[in-house]
Amino acid sequence: MAIQPKRNEMPTQDPALRAHNFEEVALGYSEKAAIAEASRCIHCKNAPCVSGCPVNVKIPDFLSAVKEGNFEEAYQIISLSSSLPAVCGRVCPQETQCEAKCTLGIKFEPLAIGRVERFVADRHNGSAAPAPEQPHPNGHRVAVVGSGPSGLACAGDLARLGYAVTVYEALHTPGGVLVYGIPEFRLPKAIVAKEVEGLKALGVSIQTNVVIGKTLLIDELFEMGFEAVFIGSGAGLPNFMNIPGESYKGVYSANEFLTRSDLMKAYRDTAATPIMKGGRVAVVGGGNVAMDAARTALRLGAEKVYIVYRRSMEELPARREEVEHAMEEGIEFLLLNNPVEILGYHNPDNPRDEKNGFVTGIRCVKMELGAPDERGRRRPVAIEGSEFELAVDAVIMAIGTSPNPLIKSTTEGLETKPWGGIVVEEATGLTSRPAVFAGGDAVTGAATVISAMGAGKLAAKSIDALLRKEN
Amino acid sequence: MYQIIRKRCLNPTVTQMDIAAPLVARKAKAGQFIILRVDEEGERIPLTVAGYSREEGTVRIIFQTVGATTALLAAKEEGEYIADFVGPLGVPTETEGLSRVCVVGGGVGCAIALPVAEELHRLGASVSAIIGFRSKDLLILEEEFRAASDSLTVVTDDGSYGEKGNVTQPLQVLLEKGEKFDRIIAIGPLVMMKFVVATAKPYGIPVTVSMNPIMIDGTGMCGGCRLTLWQDGKRVTKFACVDGPDFDGYQVDFEDAMSRGAMYRSFERHAYEATCNLLKKGEE
Repeated sequence: MAIQPKRNEMPTQDPALRAHNFEEVALGYSEKAAIAEASRCIHCKNAPCVSGCPVNVKIPDFLSAVKEGNFEEAYQIISLSSSLPAVCGRVCPQETQCEAKCTLGIKFEPLAIGRVERFVADRHNGSAAPAPEQPHPNGHRVAVVGSGPSGLACAGDLARLGYAVTVYEALHTPGGVLVYGIPEFRLPKAIVAKEVEGLKALGVSIQTNVVIGKTLLIDELFEMGFEAVFIGSGAGLPNFMNIPGESYKGVYSANEFLTRSDLMKAYRDTAATPIMKGGRVAVVGGGNVAMDAARTALRLGAEKVYIVYRRSMEELPARREEVEHAMEEGIEFLLLNNPVEILGYHNPDNPRDEKNGFVTGIRCVKMELGAPDERGRRRPVAIEGSEFELAVDAVIMAIGTSPNPLIKSTTEGLETKPWGGIVVEEATGLTSRPAVFAGGDAVTGAATVISAMGAGKLAAKSIDALLRKEN
Repeated sequence: MYQIIRKRCLNPTVTQMDIAAPLVARKAKAGQFIILRVDEEGERIPLTVAGYSREEGTVRIIFQTVGATTALLAAKEEGEYIADFVGPLGVPTETEGLSRVCVVGGGVGCAIALPVAEELHRLGASVSAIIGFRSKDLLILEEEFRAASDSLTVVTDDGSYGEKGNVTQPLQVLLEKGEKFDRIIAIGPLVMMKFVVATAKPYGIPVTVSMNPIMIDGTGMCGGCRLTLWQDGKRVTKFACVDGPDFDGYQVDFEDAMSRGAMYRSFERHAYEATCNLLKKGEE
């Protein structure tokens, strides 16, 4: 049978419609499309896709199960390696991971692995799955700091092995970046809640409103009887550009903008938390967070949204699907542009004018790509005399974060890199402190959900090995 | 859920509550803050710790009804619960090694200044306290301040109680008399703290101010609480939630902080009115 050269399309909400609502953009495969897509797998000998996956999901095996219509079996195969299939099927950058390695991709479009994974996970979540078997308690206690992807993965794996796991979350809702960062239209919060409920059913205790490093210290967790600790506290404080005008009203970090909308539901008219709606918005940066902020601003009623990025489309790090969706929705990409100043309103005649101090625009300089830097990325260089002004009402900075200082500053002997990331042993996730492990953005700086999840799973394995050896 | 153990009205707009939060009470220190949500749909607001009882496991908050959330909170009664209460956050006020301190409090800021004065007093420092209010009916915590200080001056804007004027006038008098404070700790409205700094400057006395910017998570994630500081002529961005809330008053860009604090003024006004109407309806 000839190979179908193109992947099966996944239906999406009409761009004109979805630009004004917070419902999920991508609608998922039908059963027929999922089977058709899974059937494109040629089961090549080396299965390079598996090595392209940060947690090595047995991709050809689960595709075989889907092809046969055995969706629950497919889910169980994915679950052997991944803790959050419904999440990863939606937010993984598959085009640079599993799908980049797909042999089909040499001649045709690579297999849409992420879409099939999502179908399998949604099918499982939609069916009345039997309550998970209660693991036999092994009598050992482990504390997990943070309930984002790395913490949830670590807690889940340990709970299945019989550990009594307590997860400490600083915010009022568990989920970490999955609830405060990634918007509803890309990852519905009900999916995250389902994953959290699943962990609770396994016996995991989740304590919200506890800031480790403040409310409780790492050393106190050991005094309380925990035998090992996993730190998955995530990314930290947002970076700013340190250009003039960054404290004008209407300048947000992407973290703040998204937290207001996602965690605090500011997109709802009845929300108690305010957010700027409407007007013209410039988002500075080119990652997934920048795309999320831009598309959120659009859905909040912005009349025009720009992405301002200093390199070209080729270097833009966001997930390809998000870039395409953003473009379809009408977001304008101002590539090879770098902000040099944010402009604000001043009424010289009336210091009490309520508009004083609000953003009116952003001054940018055009860039060109020069010689490659040490990482091989071509360095953007400002073109002299190319400055121009763009009239906007809000500026959202999405240029990364620096690790949160709270745990580092209160945990003696916890080594960190000069930029603040926690130092760990690569093979185990062990920090410089005995029985303290770490993973996710707190170690790597801003990265992906799947790599954080992988780090959580690795730490769970290492913790199990450590506690077995000791007992 | 966190229970309101005690509630007391300090004046018509200022309420004091002791909240059961044993983990927070165990660690809280003067100058730190907490974040709370009144209910599941509520916003997160920061309030500075006004006291605590480690034995009882309670944390004291004192707040003025200024908007929708504080109106909802003030409507809660003893025995009722609030949804979330997290802390203690921020860096405690530096109180060690000081022997002669002037504590300046303005309005509801006095609620935060009091535990600082008490701690200094307990450590054996000589404390001169100056507290200021708009008028006599807004006066709070006078007796508590008297007990925690070696000398207390009360001022009101309209002269209805104590000396007439604002807090900088008695401060100026003390400084002119040659009082050699190791430090001045000022807690109150931004404009008050700004003028305390200006008053102290000619005398070269260090001033610590307690900043209370807009905050969301309060744990070092969102960056909403950022402040502009000037260090050696260079502009530096700091975050009140993890670097503060106390800062060197000479470094803080107050104009900037005042402007940013007014970001949601019109939203807040509308939300407040809507909440007041709702609360009134509930009473009818």
